[in-house]
Amino acid sequence: MAKILAVDDSASMRQMVGFTLKSAGHDVIQASDGAEALKLAQVNNIDLVLTDINMPIMDGITLIKNLRTLPAYRFTPMLTLTTESGTDRKMEGKKAGATGWIVKPFSPEQLLATIKKVLG
Amino acid sequence: MSIDMSQFYQTFFEESFEGLDAMESGLLSLDVGAADIETVNTIFRAAHSIKGGSGTFGFTAVAQFTHVMETLLDEMRADTITVTTETVDLLLKSVDVLRDMLTAVQTETEIDEERTIEIQSALEALLSGESVASSSEEIVGTETPTVICWTIRFKPFDYLFKTGNDPVRIFQELSELGDFSVVCNTEDLPLFEMLDPELSYLSWSIKLDGVISKEQISEVFDWVDGDCELEIGTEDQVPEKVVANLPTVAVPVPEPLSCSDEKKIPESTPLAATPAPALVKDKPTKKSTAADQGSIRVSIDKVDALINMVGELVITQSMLGQLGEQIDDDRLEKLQDGLAQLERNTRELQESVMRIRMMPISFAFQRFPRMVRDLSNQIGKEIELRLQGESTELDKTLMEKISDPLVHLVRNSIDHGIETPNDREAAGKSRVGIVELNAFHQGGNVVIEISDDGKGIDREVITGKAIEKGLISESDILTDEQVFDLIFSPGFSTAKVVSDISGRGVGMDVVKRNIRELGGSVEIQSKKNEGSKIIIRLPLTLAILDGQLIQVGSHTYIVPLVSIIESLQVKESQVNAIAGQAEIYKLRDEYIPIVRLHNSFSVNTDVTQLTDGLIVVVEGDGQRAGLFVDDLLGQQQVVIKSLETNFRPVEGVSGATILGDGTVALILDVTGLIKLSRQERIVAA
Repeated sequence: MAKILAVDDSASMRQMVGFTLKSAGHDVIQASDGAEALKLAQVNNIDLVLTDINMPIMDGITLIKNLRTLPAYRFTPMLTLTTESGTDRKMEGKKAGATGWIVKPFSPEQLLATIKKVLG
Repeated sequence: MSIDMSQFYQTFFEESFEGLDAMESGLLSLDVGAADIETVNTIFRAAHSIKGGSGTFGFTAVAQFTHVMETLLDEMRADTITVTTETVDLLLKSVDVLRDMLTAVQTETEIDEERTIEIQSALEALLSGESVASSSEEIVGTETPTVICWTIRFKPFDYLFKTGNDPVRIFQELSELGDFSVVCNTEDLPLFEMLDPELSYLSWSIKLDGVISKEQISEVFDWVDGDCELEIGTEDQVPEKVVANLPTVAVPVPEPLSCSDEKKIPESTPLAATPAPALVKDKPTKKSTAADQGSIRVSIDKVDALINMVGELVITQSMLGQLGEQIDDDRLEKLQDGLAQLERNTRELQESVMRIRMMPISFAFQRFPRMVRDLSNQIGKEIELRLQGESTELDKTLMEKISDPLVHLVRNSIDHGIETPNDREAAGKSRVGIVELNAFHQGGNVVIEISDDGKGIDREVITGKAIEKGLISESDILTDEQVFDLIFSPGFSTAKVVSDISGRGVGMDVVKRNIRELGGSVEIQSKKNEGSKIIIRLPLTLAILDGQLIQVGSHTYIVPLVSIIESLQVKESQVNAIAGQAEIYKLRDEYIPIVRLHNSFSVNTDVTQLTDGLIVVVEGDGQRAGLFVDDLLGQQQVVIKSLETNFRPVEGVSGATILGDGTVALILDVTGLIKLSRQERIVAA
């Protein structure tokens, strides 16, 4: 199964996402902000990145921009988790190199369906 | 698969309440007119997280309310709404409403809908009606079901792979919608030597038949919108070019719960055993037990230190174990070294474990900026609150218990201490009064000081009131300390007008009692027209006590050091026996009852003559007494073991501890002992 990096500053969201992904048999690495995620990404081979956008220290957009400059992550799927219903932030994420997005609130089932879609 | 979301509730509530505190302190520090963008961002992020979490966990009412707040904060962030006192006030009220809503959801009680609607409407009124409507999420309906033969031309821009997208994924998704066929167009493929394997050169023509709406197809291409040329059309019509403006389709939100449904949180049960919370509608369930248990956040440093210490302990243990296997006289010195090391390890380990319970006092301080702001607005005083030593650590239980007394003292400073701006000006002071909270460690204590630069305590007013209440007589000559101490007497209030803030005279005595119960002390310093300072001293923790070991017969008892005033040898001439059994000792110009511990605990001892033993003068709940003991032993820190949980409550004894030689020693409850001896005297008389 895939190794997934899940980034969110909210502990309850991390718990929910982590638990859901693990239940589906994925290997989950968690970080509470972009900077921590960036460090973890450099020492792990991540197959998929799920990141919140609004986070302290380093936001999700900057994280994706930074990850895309790393040779290992040029083609890795990266999804933003966003509550913005407007298209602005989704597009901002895309511009930074995000593959797509998942709109909060989402159910564990919706999360797994989207991930299955991305990982094939 | 179904996942029981209730297992994440506790974390959600904890982080949400933390978020609310962060929002509140952020809002209080916002400068009207020129708001610091970082602060606005922090407030926004907190609201954003609460909204995200409450939506995910099905607390729809909370999510809806937070959404409006978030929209307003977003406008503040974008500078389209300026920060005014009114907006800050409204947002602070919203924080209160949100806190109440979350508490209601957590405790499964009713949400105060009236107030929620009132504040929400006020928030919406601040926002333009248009922006609220456009940002609310809508579910796009599907068209009437008829089989349509779609033709799609998809030509990704060459950089598509660098976004992590893959045409194959899109085709798989499309093929799930209906009858799918695809033709690949390779005409743009360059010669092999010119080919960059990281770029996309292909385009595809797709046929898709089925009961499929255009929105469904667009949704599949949602993530690559803007990264490709895309034409979606039916076989009979000219394909429509939709490169630039693909309709955005919102992902359907989970079925919303009504407020009343939120109360029914399923009990925490293993995965897959319970349906998702949204499905549980009629089954009334109890609150998850996990939500009742207080949890504590511990920094990784502390845990690391602990693990480190345990490692050391294991090493020492194995060293001693080895020594024990082949012990002879030559190795005695090594054994002593080992034991010394073990002692050091144990002490460090104990300290580390205690530190886990320690939290910075900022947790208790953080409610004050808001309180001071609200109070000073309410009573028309200008007050600046200064907080110092916020990182000073204190036991979590102590923190919770000291919070209310602190609130009372700060209210007092604001209400009684600080003068009105005009009075201050007349007294040659700045119009703005200063209330300062300061915390620091001193010896084994935590000291919390509440000071103000107000009018100070008027000796004359206090003594006048005390005479009126019959607490002292006119002929009494009192020190400043004794006068100020009168404030802590039950029912004592000098406020001319009883306000709803303070001045009802209940409180200061309760404050003192609460602090004493925590093993602490409180003291007042004041200078007329310069201000007052209230000094609270608390032990670092409730689990360990600094004790004086005393001997009575063959027993050892422990007197808490904080309650000891002095110890002295008895001069026979100073002792008066009055009314039968009771003995009174004249300590300077004060008479204190003597409590013979060997009598209180029915212990046989050779020391029954007062001149043979010692008197330990103790104070408990404002009463002094002399404990008659055989001898004083050492002083040491003792770990308090509860008698209630291990045995049963015993009058005059607050707990027990185990001494180094393995014997149990009782820890004396000074207040209880004094009460006990008074009852005995009454019975004897």
